[in-house]
Amino acid sequence: MAHASENLLPYQGERSGSAQKKQGMLQGLMHSQATFAWVLIAPAALYLILVVAWPLAETIRLSFTNANIGGETYIGTANYEKLLSSRKFARTVYRTFYWMFLSVSFKIIFGLIGATLLNAAIPGRALFRMLVMPPWIVPVAIGCFGWLWLYNGHFGIVSGALQYLGILDGPFEFLAYRQSAFYSAVVTDVWVGLPMVTFFLLAAMQGVPRDLYEAAYVDGASRWYRFRRITVPQILPVIITMSILSIIWTFNSFEVIWILTEGGPRNATTTLIIDTYKMAIANFRFGQGAARAVIVVTLLSVFSLIYLFALHQIKKRFEAA
Amino acid sequence: MMDRYSLPHKIFLYFCVALFLGFILLPFFEMFMTSLRPLEHLFRSPYQFWSDDFSFKAYSQMWDTVPLLPRYIANSMLISISVTALALAFVIPAAYAYARFGFKGKSLSLGIFLAVNMFSGAVLLIPLYKLLRNYGLLNTYFAMIVPGAAFLVPMGIWLLKSYLEKIPRELEEAAFMDGASRLYTLRRVVLPLAVPGLIVVGVAVFLSAYAQQFLFAITFNSVKEFMPLPAGILEFIGYQSVKWNQMMAASIIGMLPVLVIFLFLQRYLVAGLTAGAIKE
Repeated sequence: MAHASENLLPYQGERSGSAQKKQGMLQGLMHSQATFAWVLIAPAALYLILVVAWPLAETIRLSFTNANIGGETYIGTANYEKLLSSRKFARTVYRTFYWMFLSVSFKIIFGLIGATLLNAAIPGRALFRMLVMPPWIVPVAIGCFGWLWLYNGHFGIVSGALQYLGILDGPFEFLAYRQSAFYSAVVTDVWVGLPMVTFFLLAAMQGVPRDLYEAAYVDGASRWYRFRRITVPQILPVIITMSILSIIWTFNSFEVIWILTEGGPRNATTTLIIDTYKMAIANFRFGQGAARAVIVVTLLSVFSLIYLFALHQIKKRFEAA
Repeated sequence: MMDRYSLPHKIFLYFCVALFLGFILLPFFEMFMTSLRPLEHLFRSPYQFWSDDFSFKAYSQMWDTVPLLPRYIANSMLISISVTALALAFVIPAAYAYARFGFKGKSLSLGIFLAVNMFSGAVLLIPLYKLLRNYGLLNTYFAMIVPGAAFLVPMGIWLLKSYLEKIPRELEEAAFMDGASRLYTLRRVVLPLAVPGLIVVGVAVFLSAYAQQFLFAITFNSVKEFMPLPAGILEFIGYQSVKWNQMMAASIIGMLPVLVIFLFLQRYLVAGLTAGAIKE
């Protein structure tokens, strides 16, 4: 960046002669450059303060009130105490982590498999790469309408195919039972996130130096060995990055569950986000909803710190190597 | 040599690709097939994989079942385009500042911007909902445009910054030496050069804006006339018997604009999106 400022120095700088004066000019310019930069950034910053930072602060404040549609009074930490002693809430937290664990694991495992397949030198791979994209591009809500139909017991293709294969002996409503609704939602969430994970892993695989593979090939290493000992270690930073980003996105995933089940049946698919939304927006209990939102934000911050820490470690390791 | 596959190996690879793509494309395939089948055929028992009379009737009938459908489509476009324009108005100057200048607090402020990506709108809805309600702004386009655009600003800054960093500085320096002001340089030298990047970023923001409408619409709006398509399609479920074939037809119409944009720009989009994020 220092080079840039020197290059952008106006012409008079060269003519001024004295080195000391030049130094002064440079500093003055740096100053004005910083001012100009902040002027350019200010609108975006103010906008985000208004729409993101202020609501965040306000959410924290509301979490200490019993705000509802009528009004609000300060009630201290009562909302939090209620949550911490609630077994129902404990189950929701557990469910959210289970949901995250399953969905993220599948996204990463199938993302690795998908990226490997799309990276293989076989005819048609350009087309295959293109065909993977749609769930990423299409609005999640609309994709979920399709899944809603797929999971339909009497008329959906999943139930139909399983009956045809003899695995089911009658129509099965996937979204009507607690267990099956939960796992169905996981499958749909994996479907939503898989293309993006696959593409980032693919991009990382394409960046692995070819001579590493060639050297291993000459030494007689098998494909599986090359994948394990070259591909995976080389793209590990991206695998870690995508895992943590997937954790954040899956944690935030709202539309998939809302459209498929609205958190039901009997709360079987109610994650923290859904619980927050139901409490605050559907039931107008802003205070209790806000307390949940604060817990969500806290957990998200923890994930992000882990992310930053992981990035830092990766950087250190790569610089050392 | 190394990339040669034996025939069984090749068959195995194609088989896996087929399975993978099958999972990815199954909902789209099923949505399309469902939209072609008459309603009575959908409800046949036992389940039938094939109908004998496919037709595009659902695509003409859906406009009668949900008369406001054209309005929903127009709303969707209006909201996405407004969100994109609004977001870009904030993104362009900020991305330029991050791409070109070194200043104190640069990486910290950029980090804070990116941290916004961590929150989905769902967490911050409560105060926004209260605020919009107090000012009587619920059930307006405003409520679906202004909060939504903010969540796309960080992504836009990041993508455009990566692009602008690739534009050679010499041109700007030349303009600068000729006595052009900074703002003039930005407007007349940088922006024209950045057009391809702006298009990629604009399209990426538009696609996200189109995709995120649902949450803001179902939360901040309950007036039918203002509904965007993804929320409007839910209306098909509201009827006594769900007209699944028409609902799927409407969904396909709703996906068409983004799929068409994607088809034309896919190479640039994929390169732009992955390059911006992998770099870290």
